Amino acid sequence: MLEQQLFNALSLGCVYALFALGFTLVFGVLGVINLSQGAIFMVGAYAALTAITQLHAPLWAAILFAFVFSGTVGLLIDRIVLKPLRKRDAPHLIPMIATIGLGLAMNSLVQGLFGAENQRFPSEILPQDSLQIAGVSVTVLELGIILVSFVLMTVLMITLKKTQLGRALRAIAESPKAARLLGINVEGLFMLTSFAAAGLGGISGVLIGLYSNALFPLMGQPMLHKGIAVIILGGMGDIRGAMLAGLFLGFAEVLSVAYIGSNMRDAVAFGLLFLVLLVRPKGLFGSVQERKV
Amino acid sequence: MNQIHGLARISCLAIAAATALGVASAAQAADIRIGVAEALSGGAAQYGISIRNGFQLAVEEINAAGGVNGNKIELVIEDEQGKKEEAINAFKKLIFQDKALMLFGPTLSNSAQAADPIAQASKIVVFGTSNTADGITTIGDHVFRNSVTEADVLPVTIKTAARVANIKKVAVLYGNDDVFTKSGYDNFKKALDDQKMPITTTETFAKGDVDFKAQLTKIKATNPDAIVLSALLAEGAPIMVQARQLGLTVPFIGGNGMNSVKVFDLAKGASDGLWVGSPWSIENRTPQNNGFIVAYTKKYSSAPDQFAAQAYDAMHIATEALKKVKLSGDLAKDREAVQAALPAVKWTGATGAFSFRRVNDKSGKPAGYDANQVPIVSTTRGKNYEIEK
Repeated sequence: MLEQQLFNALSLGCVYALFALGFTLVFGVLGVINLSQGAIFMVGAYAALTAITQLHAPLWAAILFAFVFSGTVGLLIDRIVLKPLRKRDAPHLIPMIATIGLGLAMNSLVQGLFGAENQRFPSEILPQDSLQIAGVSVTVLELGIILVSFVLMTVLMITLKKTQLGRALRAIAESPKAARLLGINVEGLFMLTSFAAAGLGGISGVLIGLYSNALFPLMGQPMLHKGIAVIILGGMGDIRGAMLAGLFLGFAEVLSVAYIGSNMRDAVAFGLLFLVLLVRPKGLFGSVQERKV
Repeated sequence: MNQIHGLARISCLAIAAATALGVASAAQAADIRIGVAEALSGGAAQYGISIRNGFQLAVEEINAAGGVNGNKIELVIEDEQGKKEEAINAFKKLIFQDKALMLFGPTLSNSAQAADPIAQASKIVVFGTSNTADGITTIGDHVFRNSVTEADVLPVTIKTAARVANIKKVAVLYGNDDVFTKSGYDNFKKALDDQKMPITTTETFAKGDVDFKAQLTKIKATNPDAIVLSALLAEGAPIMVQARQLGLTVPFIGGNGMNSVKVFDLAKGASDGLWVGSPWSIENRTPQNNGFIVAYTKKYSSAPDQFAAQAYDAMHIATEALKKVKLSGDLAKDREAVQAALPAVKWTGATGAFSFRRVNDKSGKPAGYDANQVPIVSTTRGKNYEIEK
């Protein structure tokens, strides 16, 4: 039972991490807590569902479609809403409020188009059976989610640390004005980041929608709340921190169900989170002085 | 001022004319007038319209067969929109203006709680076909219903499942942040305690959870014979899928939240072995139910649901009582005669054998009448429900 619970914790932790990666990226570069990320996550799931049921696309194509579709939504949000706010030097609470409104609008739109009731991906699209590995039941999807979240974390970290693009992004994170003076195409990189972060949100929507078997217009809401906790715990904007904090939340939840009781799950998990923040107020990887990418 | 007087005079005239017309047409049409107040628009309209259809079908059949002792039944139908205030208005109109002999409705328990006291105070029978909440029939001795509550259904579901599937101990899993699933859990808990069924573990989840494997792994380790599940389909269906993925193959015993054909879609591939109880089933092949399904489908070109079946039966139950009433023409006396005749009615209709059971109010005094009816317990197999006896 312990092995099974540890594996449950790993896959749940990767679910949270997967969502948090895109979420933390926007904050790291743009300095905006994008509260429409939960709705973008949901839009990605519905985009893939439409591609599969209406266009009979295979799963890989549906995931790609969800990435492009959500990415485009994220890009439009940046161009139409966030950019004008940046231009006017709006205080940082304003884009946060604006993205809440955008999230609500997207939820209502999808509810109008698809209805409020639950939908699911066709079960034929993935093998539903479990594999038995050393007495632990494992599904193909769980392995996929674990793999994808670790690969994404690695790719994002290497991009940010080792490439020219990453250096430019880090420069923007320090100071967009200074970066512009250095000849960096700041608006272009904002667009790229918005696209990539929303696209990642869309992919996590598809994978988590497959995992939970339940697509509904408000599916992003609980995920958004946990995602905020995860990126605060990880250190705002830190990729490695988001991954570790996602895993932390997953393990805290599963082990508190296993050894304390499911009634106490959220109290224990968020109590632990609170304790960590007492000791490290900037999160696991957040540094006190500077904002990290 | 003059203008206002003028307007008032015109509207008075209009009301008088309308009333006169109404009385005239009613006198020609029917002898027994029954008031119906259901939600025909708004959020509860899908239920209210089914209910109205059930009433109309029954009345058509009764009148075609000669009516009640030669008198035809006339329905006066009001839309109460699923709202308390509208239900009160509709009841007042039916009682005082239309002078109905008895009332059916309203659709929702909330509305019934608001409007039924008016019927009780006016000493007229009010008969609910879809109110399942506690504290409706405790309002008074003129309040009747044939809707079966979850508190009635769940013990039967557990008992039948335990007998047929040889269940000796169960694990319990429920959503603890939702009024409906929590109240389902309370009813399950009481039924399990009453039947002395051991509970191996009680686990909870919250709305919006995507992963239930921690709870299910824990449940699996306690080795239960079945899982009692109080959940809405949104979480209930993924729970069934994830349980099967963990190799947890025991049956699920579900509450009303799991009683929906959508489970075959949302838990596809893992929907077998779910036990649910319900007052009516389209799979129940009794002659009365077959007759109802055929007639309903012919009249409305769509399959009936539980709400139509309960309304259809309720009208027949009321008719049985009306047959025993000798109408005197004195409305107050006739209304009381209906109240006196109704409790003794026994009827076998689309929902099976039915009789009334007296309930006590909070102070222990006898009040209104609940349904005394055995629910139908079914299990899911393939894409269908199979009825278990």
